[in-house]
Amino acid sequence: MAEITTLAVKKPQRSKPDPGVSIKKSLLPWSYIAPAGLLMLVISFMPQIFQVWMAFTDFRVKNLRFNIFSPETWAKFAPPYAQPYGLGNFIKILTNNLALENYDFWRLLAFNVTWTVINVIFHVGLGVLIAMALNSKGLIGRRIYRALFVLPWAIPGYITALTWKNMYDQNFGAINFLIAAINNTFGTNFATNIRWIGETTPPIGGLLSYLPLAFYALLMANVWLGWPFMTVVATGALQSIPEELYEAAVIDGATGWAKFWNVTVPMIRPAMVPAMMLGTIWTFNNFNVIYFISKGDPFGRTDILVTQAFKLVFEQRLYGVAAAFSIIVFFILLAFTLFQNRITKATEAYNA
Amino acid sequence: MPRKTKDILKQIGLQIFLLAITVLVMFPVMWIFSMALDSRNIDKPLDLTLIPPGASLKAFTKVLTEPFNLLCSDPGNVRSCMTFGTLLANSLLVALGTSLLSVALGASAAYAFSRFKFIGRQAGMLGFIVLLMLPATATLAPLYVLLSQIKIGAEPMRATLFGLMVAYASGTLPFAIWNLKGYFDTVPKELEEAALIDGASVTQTFFRIIVPLAVPALAVTVLFAFMAGWTEFVLAWTFLEDPSRFTLAMALRSMQGQFSTPWSEFSAMSILMSLPIVALFFALQKYLVGGLTVGGVKG
Repeated sequence: MAEITTLAVKKPQRSKPDPGVSIKKSLLPWSYIAPAGLLMLVISFMPQIFQVWMAFTDFRVKNLRFNIFSPETWAKFAPPYAQPYGLGNFIKILTNNLALENYDFWRLLAFNVTWTVINVIFHVGLGVLIAMALNSKGLIGRRIYRALFVLPWAIPGYITALTWKNMYDQNFGAINFLIAAINNTFGTNFATNIRWIGETTPPIGGLLSYLPLAFYALLMANVWLGWPFMTVVATGALQSIPEELYEAAVIDGATGWAKFWNVTVPMIRPAMVPAMMLGTIWTFNNFNVIYFISKGDPFGRTDILVTQAFKLVFEQRLYGVAAAFSIIVFFILLAFTLFQNRITKATEAYNA
Repeated sequence: MPRKTKDILKQIGLQIFLLAITVLVMFPVMWIFSMALDSRNIDKPLDLTLIPPGASLKAFTKVLTEPFNLLCSDPGNVRSCMTFGTLLANSLLVALGTSLLSVALGASAAYAFSRFKFIGRQAGMLGFIVLLMLPATATLAPLYVLLSQIKIGAEPMRATLFGLMVAYASGTLPFAIWNLKGYFDTVPKELEEAALIDGASVTQTFFRIIVPLAVPALAVTVLFAFMAGWTEFVLAWTFLEDPSRFTLAMALRSMQGQFSTPWSEFSAMSILMSLPIVALFFALQKYLVGGLTVGGVKG
């Protein structure tokens, strides 16, 4: 049977130390890991440590000359601690006490979570559906479809994002042109000057009124970008399902839906769960689509946490605040991933 | 319903569904082609046409042959400006360097995680994935300071293409290690044990047994790392100083003006930049499905 190693290691036996493993025996494997480990230590880990320290200070542009390795710069350029008690940045961020336009931490968080969940559902749902269609027996043109369908993934994300931005233009964008072309062909009368990004009146009221039209526009673009990855992963998993399982299910009287839920879903789960987790991390921190299509418009209502962090660094130059912000984002993502791991594990036990 | 009719109906349904998806996939691609062919080089096209009036390849020839006036070592001297060729050479160097670092360091670490039991194994695996969760945006400033401290010859590593490769590799390594480890897990251990009994060294078994069997996963690692190195520009824009080291992605970024963008040239450049990646995807497509185990599915 398929066995899976999910992102968080879950087997209970990890708590028992293996009696056969000595420090001496651990040296060889660690020497294989050392080059990668060293690179990550210098490039990823050390800046993170520096960032943690920065988060407790009021680090600004003038402190960029501060050099931890040369003491003469300390007196002149060392940043002051953020008040009170160094936690000032965190308190300001969480209590919306930053001198920024349209800043609301909890709205950003709510939007970021909604954005991620809806995107991943679409990516996985569409990805599996299309993988199943491509995998059906006797399909004509399978190879052509497969080749065309990696295009959204293969075109660099930044280029796609700017293309979509161009397409959403109110006066000269392809989407409004397309609506006009549909109107001309079918005699319909849809609006052709839709402000896809700038519109402030939400298309759906009530509970969803915090999602502006730009959200749906961004969702469309990001779904376009994201499903091929899931299709490729699902294709690999679908191809590994032995035909006999379906035959057995048919003998047991299973029809389409029953076959899907009782054979396909449990069999592709081991591949899809880690892909979903990666997809979640990528989407949660996916900067390109939001920043290059909407830049958070209208009024910051489509900003996610990383685009806000980017603005803090590159527009406001508030390095200390941005560092604190990143640490908060990290803990949110960690909690989110652990929570997701828990849910997916729970269903796994249920299916087994 | 007879079986044959049912099959035909199913085929028609599938074709309608897949053609609809094809239209959705191709629409933005066609749009960018149409803009690249528009000789008027206007800000925004005025109509939804695949071949705009007066279509020409002027934008392509301009991008390919004329120097980039904004990217010059010496602003007064056109000869010091970057051309498509010099930008391409830098991009290739960065992308290939990133791929090489990712695949070499990633495979080595993944092999250890897959084949040995040792102290700190779990913690090491988790450590790599946790680093993926840290948003990179705000670490730009600390990384800038840090890489400025490390000197290569007389200049800081930050301003060199090697510095970029290393920085990009740190972004691609966590996924590379996880994916490769998952794939190595599927290679039966007995193969190596047999070779070891025959007197092969661990290094030999790695190169003679694991590497040939793990080609799909290694190909995927190379593909992803190449793509990361090829397309990144935010870090490059912040770190590099000398325009002679600039990459295609940075040149594309520089075309995005604050008020207007030469869309024909931008589109032509986008197409030219996407071509190698798309070609690589097509070339490696047969490995793509098998090479993405994402965490590891063991049969």
